[in-house]
Amino acid sequence: MTGSATAASAGTQGDNRGYWKRNQRGLAPWIFLAPGMAMFSLYVIYPIIASMWLSFYDWDGLGAKTWLGFQNYTELFDDDAFYTSLKNNIIWLALYMLAVPAGLFVALFLNQTVTGIRIYKSLFFFPFVISQVVVGLIFSWFYAPNFGLFYNLIEWITGTGVAVLADDRYVTYGIIAAGLWPQIAYCMILYLTGLNNVAPDQVEAARLDGARGWKMLWHVILPQLRPATFIAVVVTVIGALRSFDLVSIMTDGGPYGSSRVLSFYMYEQALSEYGYRMGYGAAIAVILFAIMMIFISGFIWKMVRDERGV
Amino acid sequence: MFPVAIDKTSAATQILYRIALPVALILWLLPLLGVAMTSLKPSSDLASGNYFGLPSYLAFSNYADVFRNSPIAGYILNSFKVTIPTVIGAVAIACLSGFALAVYRFRMNLLIFFLFVAGNFVPFQILMVPVRDLTVSTGLYNTITGLALFHIAFQSGFCTLFMRNFIKGLPFELIESARVEGVSEFRIFWYIVLPLMRPAIAALSVLVFTFIWNDYFWATVLTTSAETQPVTAGLYSLNGQWIAQWQLVSAGSIIAAMPPVLMFFLMQKHFIAGLTLGATKG
Repeated sequence: MTGSATAASAGTQGDNRGYWKRNQRGLAPWIFLAPGMAMFSLYVIYPIIASMWLSFYDWDGLGAKTWLGFQNYTELFDDDAFYTSLKNNIIWLALYMLAVPAGLFVALFLNQTVTGIRIYKSLFFFPFVISQVVVGLIFSWFYAPNFGLFYNLIEWITGTGVAVLADDRYVTYGIIAAGLWPQIAYCMILYLTGLNNVAPDQVEAARLDGARGWKMLWHVILPQLRPATFIAVVVTVIGALRSFDLVSIMTDGGPYGSSRVLSFYMYEQALSEYGYRMGYGAAIAVILFAIMMIFISGFIWKMVRDERGV
Repeated sequence: MFPVAIDKTSAATQILYRIALPVALILWLLPLLGVAMTSLKPSSDLASGNYFGLPSYLAFSNYADVFRNSPIAGYILNSFKVTIPTVIGAVAIACLSGFALAVYRFRMNLLIFFLFVAGNFVPFQILMVPVRDLTVSTGLYNTITGLALFHIAFQSGFCTLFMRNFIKGLPFELIESARVEGVSEFRIFWYIVLPLMRPAIAALSVLVFTFIWNDYFWATVLTTSAETQPVTAGLYSLNGQWIAQWQLVSAGSIIAAMPPVLMFFLMQKHFIAGLTLGATKG
């Protein structure tokens, strides 16, 4: 591919303008693609392959690499921390999906034309614009024992406060709640635009036929919102499996590693003060990649089908 | 319109809706409001247990303290130094590759397109070790250039998807008739398509600005010192130093969140157009 790009730029040098003239439509796309493909291959495609290869080695990031074969993987399957992380990833994925219906609900609530609604919409969207680091700090404060708003609320209701982020029973749920906040906002904005594009005549026709409320939503509105739902599901699944920032900011994986997720555990193994186990980290990353590939291929498959259909 | 327009419902529902709106908004933004309020409380308020009441006076000095006693101004500057070149680089690359994938029919078109799309979804961790290694070996580790280069490359995936879909929506006859006139492919790109891409460029720039400003993972992987770290990573280390000084943590958080928030409110139309353009056509 790069070969044809260089051939093409040689062609522009002028000596045989005829060749360029004749072939420019075949060569031009490769010239236009060259910078993007070069950068993307170097920083995305190559690293994926290199990580897979590295997962068969023992490497501290500096010295020589030692071939281990599948040893990193066999160690992984015996590693309790790995299973904790995997379990938490599944909880993340399941609960994060709540952002989709919740976002739809908020969008339906805000899909009106009263005065000032635009400001309401943008303020509801606000959490998505803020960095996850800030969201994490905000929720740490919200959950903080003794003076946090949430802590006091629970104390007021049940009599004893719960230090969510220090309790291994609740910590993952606490972090997920923080993650849901911006994610719901994201899904909401997708649905608000989707609702904007719903064909009004179909809604009116269904209304004349007596459809209302849930029935209308299920049979008339939701089918028309399918593109928005697709994107909302994609970004939510990817967001759930990519969760790293909030875990790092709010608990650093604790207490006792109980809030780790695969992405965080990988980072911890490969780069943190616990040591530079690049090969082992790479093996964790490969597992996470494999899990995500299941979803990514599904999405791509659907997109290819839509693309062919057009 | 669904649900039923509120002014077609009973008076009671209308009143209820008008009350529910601000109440819901306050509940929704409660954590944020709490932090904003905390950032304006003098430390004596927190020491005496005034956590939820109004500040006894507005202590803007917290903000001054954050700027005076921490390198946050430097962190913010670093964030700009990473974010602005990334926006320019990624959007420029995406204009080119998006054009190539939208306008030309060739055998590997769809394959390359979906490679960009799929690459955009992979977990960061599968890239982490080799990218860090690459950055170290080119001497760009712990530099703003190294971080920005990676961001440009990675964002070009999403941006290409976005641009390609946008250009697909443009009238193809424009390009056809220019070709008939004998206009070269580069001139078609520069004089015909690029001017039409202005709204997409605006939307994408705002979006990428927010993504990169808010990046935390790559900032921690590729930079280590206060001279190079952007504000997200900086805030993490400041949080470690300011243990239990929540008025400072809050003020720092608000400062760090400001630029993308301002960007969002100033360019709101473009921002939402950006999110949904990538969305409804993706």
